Amino acid sequence: MNSAMNSAVSTINAGMAPVATPWFFYVLAGLAVASGVAVITRRNAVHAALALIVTLLSVAGLYLMLYAPFVAGVQIIVYAGGIMVLFLFVIMLVNIERSSKERRFNRMWPVGLAAACALMALFVSAIAKGNKLFPDRGMTLLESSNTQQIAAMLYGESSRMGQYTFAFEIASLLLLVAILGAVIMTKKKI
Amino acid sequence: MSINESPNDVSNLDLETPDRPYLDSNELIINMGPQHPATHGVLRVILKLDGERVLGSECVIGYLHRGVEKIAENRTYTMFNPYVDRMDYVAAVSNGLGYCEAVEKLLNVEAPARAQYIRVILTELNRIASHQLWLGTHALDIGAMTPLFYTFRDREEILKIFERYCGARLTTHAFRIGGCQYETYAGFEKDVKNFLTFFAPKINEYEALLTTNRIWLERTKNVGVISGEDAVALGVTGPVLRASGVKWDLRKAQPYAAYSKFDFEIPIGENGDTYDRYLVRMAEMRQSMRIIEQAVNSIPEGPIMGKVPKVIKPPVGEIYHSIEAPKGELGYFIVSDGSTQPYRLRVRPPSFVNLQALDVMVRGLLVADVVAVIGTIDIVLGEVDR
Amino acid sequence: MLNAFMSYLGSTVTPGEAGNQFWALIYVLIIFTGVSLAVVCMNWLERKALAHFQIRLGPMRVGPHGLLQPIADALKLMLKEDIIPTEADQFVFWVAPLIGLLAAFTVYTVIPFGPSQAVSDMNIGILFMLGVSSLGVLGIVVAGWASNSHYPLIGALRSSAQMVSYEVAMGLVVVSAILMTSLNASGTGTLSMIGIVQAQQQQGVWFIFKFFPLGFIAFAIFAIAMVAETNRAPFDMAEAESELTAGFHTEYSGLRWSLFMLAEYAAMIAVSSIAVTLWLGGWMRPFPNLLHAPACEFIFSLFPGLTFGGLAAIAVLGTARMPAHSFFKIQRIGLAAFAALLGFIALLLLVIAVAGRSADTSVAARFREGIDYVYWFVLKVAVFMYLFIWYRATWPRYRFDQLMKIGWKVMLPISLGVLVLTAIVGVIFP
Repeated sequence: MNSAMNSAVSTINAGMAPVATPWFFYVLAGLAVASGVAVITRRNAVHAALALIVTLLSVAGLYLMLYAPFVAGVQIIVYAGGIMVLFLFVIMLVNIERSSKERRFNRMWPVGLAAACALMALFVSAIAKGNKLFPDRGMTLLESSNTQQIAAMLYGESSRMGQYTFAFEIASLLLLVAILGAVIMTKKKI
Repeated sequence: MSINESPNDVSNLDLETPDRPYLDSNELIINMGPQHPATHGVLRVILKLDGERVLGSECVIGYLHRGVEKIAENRTYTMFNPYVDRMDYVAAVSNGLGYCEAVEKLLNVEAPARAQYIRVILTELNRIASHQLWLGTHALDIGAMTPLFYTFRDREEILKIFERYCGARLTTHAFRIGGCQYETYAGFEKDVKNFLTFFAPKINEYEALLTTNRIWLERTKNVGVISGEDAVALGVTGPVLRASGVKWDLRKAQPYAAYSKFDFEIPIGENGDTYDRYLVRMAEMRQSMRIIEQAVNSIPEGPIMGKVPKVIKPPVGEIYHSIEAPKGELGYFIVSDGSTQPYRLRVRPPSFVNLQALDVMVRGLLVADVVAVIGTIDIVLGEVDR
Repeated sequence: MLNAFMSYLGSTVTPGEAGNQFWALIYVLIIFTGVSLAVVCMNWLERKALAHFQIRLGPMRVGPHGLLQPIADALKLMLKEDIIPTEADQFVFWVAPLIGLLAAFTVYTVIPFGPSQAVSDMNIGILFMLGVSSLGVLGIVVAGWASNSHYPLIGALRSSAQMVSYEVAMGLVVVSAILMTSLNASGTGTLSMIGIVQAQQQQGVWFIFKFFPLGFIAFAIFAIAMVAETNRAPFDMAEAESELTAGFHTEYSGLRWSLFMLAEYAAMIAVSSIAVTLWLGGWMRPFPNLLHAPACEFIFSLFPGLTFGGLAAIAVLGTARMPAHSFFKIQRIGLAAFAALLGFIALLLLVIAVAGRSADTSVAARFREGIDYVYWFVLKVAVFMYLFIWYRATWPRYRFDQLMKIGWKVMLPISLGVLVLTAIVGVIFP
């Protein structure tokens, strides 16, 4: 029994052959875009929320394909499982008949369109000049130690402080403040 | 989607507007029953909810209305006797006792002592059976499935005694005007005594499942509280009243049948919550056992039928007679015009009156408590609607 | 294809790691069938055990002792008219049970029935499990909304609030178990389901006994939270029969309803598997580090066969106790056949145990090991399944606000405390 276990540990780091990569990518990417479009076009808010969940899940699938399973898992737990349930929770109580009759786009749409175009231009330029902007680091495909590497980045290894420890702690403090703020706002009397 | 629209006209609901300055979400009007697993038959309760909190409620009754009181006007006194069993069908013996005693009072006859004792024994057995059914369904409403089967197993023993005595198990028609139709069968006393020894440990079994169960305590303590004054003002009677601390039991207050001859106590509660009502009924079952034991040990010999004319023709007049049924004060008001049929017969059913307290009890509670409160009031729709 | 089939035999890693898609597919099929079968067994066992708790007999008519009752039920549900209310949101109503079912079954890809008896050993195993099983609530929420009716809506609201709040306490105690995996020489823990069991093996202790009572408290909190998570009594507010008729699936009928039931039971097995993996040593048999002499190994490897032998003996006893009336002839034959089947399985398992008793790497020995792993894992899960039934028979239902109070005001602080204490103790006594 022991021998089986040890050999299992040693073979964990063996490389994984990617499976039908392009095909999966296009399916997931297409799904993400299509359901993203559905999010903003559906009149029914619950349908839009469901489409958003599909988008989030297909993005999680894309993360998996990038050998980043930890990010994919967190995406599913936090966004698809947690936040979207709360979203639905609120949306469910909205009167669908009334909300579907309301105007969906207000007069600020040119501004939104401009912002979206600017973002699009940024992405395109980043892809075009990618090699100059980001130094070529080579891709680590170690899916099996992805989580451990993230931990090393965030918290550091043994005695060395991690690269992003401070930023990470600041971000979590910020979140904590936001949570406290939300609690205080809902309480009439503290 | 129209979840916010009411399917019923509830404009007559007298509900105060909630004090909610920030979030103006609409209230939910929910229709509980008449087909609902926890409304004990065909009770319909319209609930006005804020989320899960009950802002107000209104009972809609009449789905089981059979016009029992009107039927009485077209039947002779004797013919009407079985009909009263169909009102509170889980306590049919009590219903029969109340009716027979009311007519006897009108006729000015008295049932012989032996008949009185048989009546007390059967009525108290029926009280235990009724409380058992209440306990099982009440626990089921709160989510404990198992006590139901335990109570039904033990209720069966009572029904067997009824069956051997008069042939019927549920709607017994056990008594006649003036006494009893049947002499006790051979071995009646032994059966009753056997039941008492059989049942004593069973109550402890029920209590072991529920009385100190944390979930049971949380679900019943401080739920559906009604103060003694409110209960009296609403005309609530029976265990519901006694759980609010009012010591009022017709068996003591105006003894009928042979109750004055027995030694028993009236269990009362303190807080008037669902848990106290549970405790009161459990204690009442024990007191009923005491009464039965005394009655069966001292049952006198003698006739079982009083001197009642063949054709019952009470003198012109009116009478109100009430007894302590398992659910509260069961009263019969009979107006006689001297003929063989009542001119008017009016029943004061305990369930109907107690049900009024529902709205007082459930305001501010949650939906889950509504079923607990309906269960604790212990209604039988056959009696509410008649 | 034959090569793909043969190449994996005797392997010590999961098909996912070996990159063997063919065997991964076989594993998926085996697990899917196995879980469906387990749900069927669970259905029968629940009705039967519940009945015996309640001094009833339970199903007795369809097959001997109601053994065929689940099949009859499944047939009935499939043949029933499938009703979609007119006012319902057709598409969402249609898709809701599928969401729950998919979520419940997807988690089985990472459940380790043995060191190589899993579809894949994901690096983020436990995270993946928690994430995907939390998607199951979407099915319930959406079903409640799509029914366009009051009771389902309230059931869905209750269920979503309940599951979201209990996930917090659940996640925290899971983290405390994961912290324990890092108490090794390298100081690196793991999220992999297989890695967690291996960590328990290396440390020589099930995590439920680790840092007593910390591990035990964490386990207890998980055991409570998982009942709430699967909407089972006494936390079955979402489908509280006496309050909300049938909760979120009030409007569902036939096959669609049965999918909800399938998902519920599959989710129960899945969360029990998490508890077994994290705290109860997963596939490990009791005392692997104390009783590891070859004789002990052999005795323990007889357990699966003996268990089936015991079941066969019970079935034989049942056959003998059947009334001698001719009405019971077919039932008696059926039960005898069932006993024979169980006895055959027992014999097969015993033969494998004897044939594979040497600790070499032959296929027979690997097969024997695999059966041992799966047996102990399933046995531990079965204990939880029995507990689920027991809870249901014994306890009244909590009220919604009380449930939330327990989740946020009792379980969350305790699980936070356990997490912090585990970290402190882990640093002091590495």
